[in-house]
Amino acid sequence: MSLTALAFYLFASITVFSGFMVIASKNPVHSVLFLILAFFNASGLFLLLGAEFLAMLLIIIYVGAVAVLFLFVVMMLDINYTEMREGFLQYLPIGALIGLIVLVELIMVVGVWQVAPEIIGTPAVAAAPDLTNTEALGAVLYTQYIYAFQAAGIVLLIAMIGAIVLTLRTREGVKRQNISQQNRRTPQTAIEIKKVKVGEGL
Amino acid sequence: MVEWLAGLYGGTDAAWFFSIITWILVIVAPLLVGVAFAVYADRKIWAAMQLRRGPNVVGPFGLLQSFADGLKLFIKETIVPAGANKGIFILAPMLTFVLALIGWAVIPWGEGAVLADINVGIFYIFAISSLGVYGIIMAGWASNSRYAFLGGLRSAAQMVSYEVSMGFVLVTVISYAGSPSLSELVHMQSGGIWNWNFLWFFPMFVIFLISAMAETNRPPFDLPEAEAELVAGYQVEYSSMAFALFWLGEYGNILLMCALSSVLFFGGWYAPIPALDFIPGPLWMIAKICFFFFIFAWVKATVPRYRYDQLMRLGWKVFLPVSLAAVVFYTGWGVAFGYIGK
Amino acid sequence: METFLLDYLPILIFLGVAIAFSVVFVGAAWFLAEQHPDSEKVSAYESGFEAFTDSRGQFDVRFYLVAILFIIFDLEVAFLFPWAVSLGDLGMFGWWSMMIFLGVLTIGFVYEWKKGALEWE
Repeated sequence: MSLTALAFYLFASITVFSGFMVIASKNPVHSVLFLILAFFNASGLFLLLGAEFLAMLLIIIYVGAVAVLFLFVVMMLDINYTEMREGFLQYLPIGALIGLIVLVELIMVVGVWQVAPEIIGTPAVAAAPDLTNTEALGAVLYTQYIYAFQAAGIVLLIAMIGAIVLTLRTREGVKRQNISQQNRRTPQTAIEIKKVKVGEGL
Repeated sequence: MVEWLAGLYGGTDAAWFFSIITWILVIVAPLLVGVAFAVYADRKIWAAMQLRRGPNVVGPFGLLQSFADGLKLFIKETIVPAGANKGIFILAPMLTFVLALIGWAVIPWGEGAVLADINVGIFYIFAISSLGVYGIIMAGWASNSRYAFLGGLRSAAQMVSYEVSMGFVLVTVISYAGSPSLSELVHMQSGGIWNWNFLWFFPMFVIFLISAMAETNRPPFDLPEAEAELVAGYQVEYSSMAFALFWLGEYGNILLMCALSSVLFFGGWYAPIPALDFIPGPLWMIAKICFFFFIFAWVKATVPRYRYDQLMRLGWKVFLPVSLAAVVFYTGWGVAFGYIGK
Repeated sequence: METFLLDYLPILIFLGVAIAFSVVFVGAAWFLAEQHPDSEKVSAYESGFEAFTDSRGQFDVRFYLVAILFIIFDLEVAFLFPWAVSLGDLGMFGWWSMMIFLGVLTIGFVYEWKKGALEWE
């Protein structure tokens, strides 16, 4: 077995295993940590496909940023594990339905590959073998796909505003430091000089 | 580098494997010894700036102090708190240590002298450093102690705040190099000190250095373990080798940041004047790492710790807009006047 | 095997070596050093008192806000990376394209600033 295949089976089996553990572990923090492991191995799979930039991006964005947020969320939740177990059966039908839909979709995707391979064989942009894939991405994303790119910018703007609207609570009665105001203070406004007579005090 | 040694070993697949292992050990062994001396140097510099002597008992000039500390930690009992999540508790320091080591795989030591010369070297380092936050969050959460938890949370928010401006700095430098490969970033600085990036990207250099200190939890940004308020933050429940791994990881990361600073801004393996190029590249790299480490130690000795709101303000309200503006300015200048282009 | 994958092989092996080192360090200390745990030793560090409540309580919502804002800016950086690499070929049009993108996000940043979302209290 070649080394590439060995690496593929290593990454793939760890991905599947940790994906399973995400839903199987009792403690939600463990779930998130397994999710991170799954991301990590998925990035290994990207690497094997030759998508080295996407592999790094998966780690930078999903592991380095999104999973931190997930971890914050589950660390703060005060979860009663027994209650959560009871909810399991209640949500089972809808969960099974969603699982079924995803399964059908996956089968259809793989099926198309078998039935009509020529549809998949035409990527929107021809691969340029002399470019690294970061360059290949950069060559089209900002010019040829400029509208999609700008739309992504607007989505990010909405996300930013949404996050602030949802989570920002200004607390009353908190002292804030205003550094420019501090720096603008002069001896005249800050101190008062008094002559003190000996033996009298202020 | 790997090919050459593999050829020496016989050129078979096994020879490849052993040559890679050899190079890894050639990097890791000096690194671990280097970390021991870095801790010693840190304490010595710190002491000298406060007119103290620092460690001076174990070995000549106290040189063996770190090894004595290491040995002491090694024979201590590994205490796992009763309320802790044992698996994650042990995993956290190991993760910190592993991440501090594997970043070194892509650091170039000379022309072609790099273990893994990947195309996306700088993104790899960025990814590894963005993972560093997990060791600390996991330790803070798994300890099930209030000090550790607060330290972990603070650290997570702190590290992510400074990562953004670090990303912008990297973008500027990459745009002029036209490649994210670390070797290419060094090549663009060939020809002496006046071609080094720190002269042309001076504001970015300063932002990078300060962000590097914040990323590695160095004073004045050592809020996660601020001993006056959080005793030792996320490390408070750790003992023995688990504690030692945190230290090795922390100093390993600091040295990695020093190496990265020299690759990005100080010409990597190049000599300051071309006439000195006969001195091998790895020696220049080591000298530059030592120089940056001295700066780190110097800052630690002179600057008082930030308050948490000041730290967040510096990251989000000063570094972020300034580095973003610098990206716009530098790339605009480069494109308009033809400095960026092939 | 593709040549570029060979460049990553040392990293995979390095990862294995690093994990082996950390396991050896922790494991050796675990087995070689004497272990005498007792109930006081393994209790959480809490300045002499018993802890009043569980240490993993709720914390300030601002930490989420920081994390969400970080995701957004990190994505911005992710968009900037390939742009920076191929800026030499893109020329003025590519540069302006990114400036519009950054301009849109700067609106968000100004909004944040004015709302006081960047202030820690």
